[in-house]
Amino acid sequence: MGPTRDAPVLAVEGLGKSFGSVRAVDDLTFSVRPGAVTGFLGPNGAGKTTTLRMLLGLTRPTAGRALVDGLPYAEHERPARVVGAALEASSFHPGRTGLGHLEVFAAQVGASNRRCRELIDFVGLGPAAERRVGGYSMGMRQRLGLATALLADPPAVVLDEPANGLDPEGIRWMRGLLRAFAAEGRTVLISSHVLSEVQHTVDDVVIIAHGRLVHASSLADLGALATPETYVESPAAGALAGLCDDRGWSRRADGAGLVVAGVPAAEIGAAAYAAGIELHQLVSRGVGLEDVFLRLTGGVR
Amino acid sequence: MRAALVAEYRKLVSTRLWWVLLIALAAYLAFVGGVLAFSIVFAPDGQDTTMPGGADAAAGVYGLVNAIGYVFPLVIGSLMITTEFRYQTITQSLLVEPRRTVLLAGKLVVAIPLGLVYGLAGMAALVAVSAPLLALKGDGAFVTDPDVLAVILLGVVVTALWTVIGVGFGAVLPNQVAAVVVLLAFTQFVEPIARLALGAFDATSSVARFLPGAAADGLIGASLIGEMGGGSGDLLPRWAALLVLLGYAAVLAGVGRLTTLRRDIG
Repeated sequence: MGPTRDAPVLAVEGLGKSFGSVRAVDDLTFSVRPGAVTGFLGPNGAGKTTTLRMLLGLTRPTAGRALVDGLPYAEHERPARVVGAALEASSFHPGRTGLGHLEVFAAQVGASNRRCRELIDFVGLGPAAERRVGGYSMGMRQRLGLATALLADPPAVVLDEPANGLDPEGIRWMRGLLRAFAAEGRTVLISSHVLSEVQHTVDDVVIIAHGRLVHASSLADLGALATPETYVESPAAGALAGLCDDRGWSRRADGAGLVVAGVPAAEIGAAAYAAGIELHQLVSRGVGLEDVFLRLTGGVR
Repeated sequence: MRAALVAEYRKLVSTRLWWVLLIALAAYLAFVGGVLAFSIVFAPDGQDTTMPGGADAAAGVYGLVNAIGYVFPLVIGSLMITTEFRYQTITQSLLVEPRRTVLLAGKLVVAIPLGLVYGLAGMAALVAVSAPLLALKGDGAFVTDPDVLAVILLGVVVTALWTVIGVGFGAVLPNQVAAVVVLLAFTQFVEPIARLALGAFDATSSVARFLPGAAADGLIGASLIGEMGGGSGDLLPRWAALLVLLGYAAVLAGVGRLTTLRRDIG
């Protein structure tokens, strides 16, 4: 498979949505480039789904605009041929078969019944194709949603929480698929409320909290925000604390010892040795991306 | 637009509801039609002053497809919209066709052949059971009488109109449970009582003719409730009845487009 046309840029410009006095999305600006997987991240209730719904023409923005290849989604001739989207894993009629679900929406994107059959096999639902969706597991619904999004073999794919309900094998499969899409030059946008769930999949991250943008960069640049921490334990706790203060290191108590932020273990060890302070533990603690993510999204609270 | 029609057709036939309701309609009409025909045929002589006879009786029985059957096409029509909201498939429907007027138009158009199928099945069941019973009485089943034939044909047509009106109603009230409850209450309770009550006074009897069920009776030219109310003269002429029914469909669909289908989805 390969994209049927040039992959579009997805862009959000000054986008806002208010529900009464609640600003679900507030002055949000970012863009999603082709040829990469972009993670759209934020805690639950941050406004991710509302933003995606505005991008896809389902919800009307109260400010700004959301564009697909420079044009609002709904103004494209056959928009589902440009962007394939799966928004909620529960949006199926329980009495329809998986294959029947695909065939319902195939006509309007120009996909044949044969294509539906191929896709349902492709997402691993072949044996369940003739079964009613009411009996599908969450993971199977997730796969069916993906198949629906891929009906037109679109150059851009938007998936809301695609890892929800998938087993580890399914998550690995999804990851490989999304990486392949990006490698083919497609635009891929996936949302998640857990960074660690997508950090091995995404190239770029867009992080929002409370409807506002808090960070947008490559994953590597996000990693650069992570500062190392060192755990130190000494029987001479007072002397150790004094040493930290002399050097201007930020410290906080942690169990029987201290955590020093932003200072490598070697430097602390050398300083303690020079000052004649006995150490019982000296441990480097890498700060995970998840911590950076939590700090970023918690900071505006 | 052609693709929208294909999609609506597939939505309909890919679940079991349409034929479950179709069988229910046919069985219900066969039963009630049989009971009514039986009571006409075997009414004791001399006491049947309230019972119509002859061609009127046949028209009244065949008109049941409208008089008591109309709740079925209304419900299936409304379900064409309300199931989309109940199961959130409206999201996917609008992703593949963001033009909401096209989505609604597709449903309204597909409702016509669907309603004709319902009308044909309902009428066939009704005639199959009641005509032989009516024929037991010397004057026959009148299935070839031009007036009775008109009732049969227009009974099928009016069922299609009810289906279209049902789609419009579903667009106005997309909550599935609420829509079904309101339709049942209106067709089984509110409208029959309103027709009898309004028909009881000269000042209001002309208003009663414009109620949807009364207008449909006017279109097919037979009215069970009208006859029970003591006079069948208070029906609209066919052309006016047709316009009234089309008006109901247009107003409901228009209101649904400007309310339900203008709102944010999600």
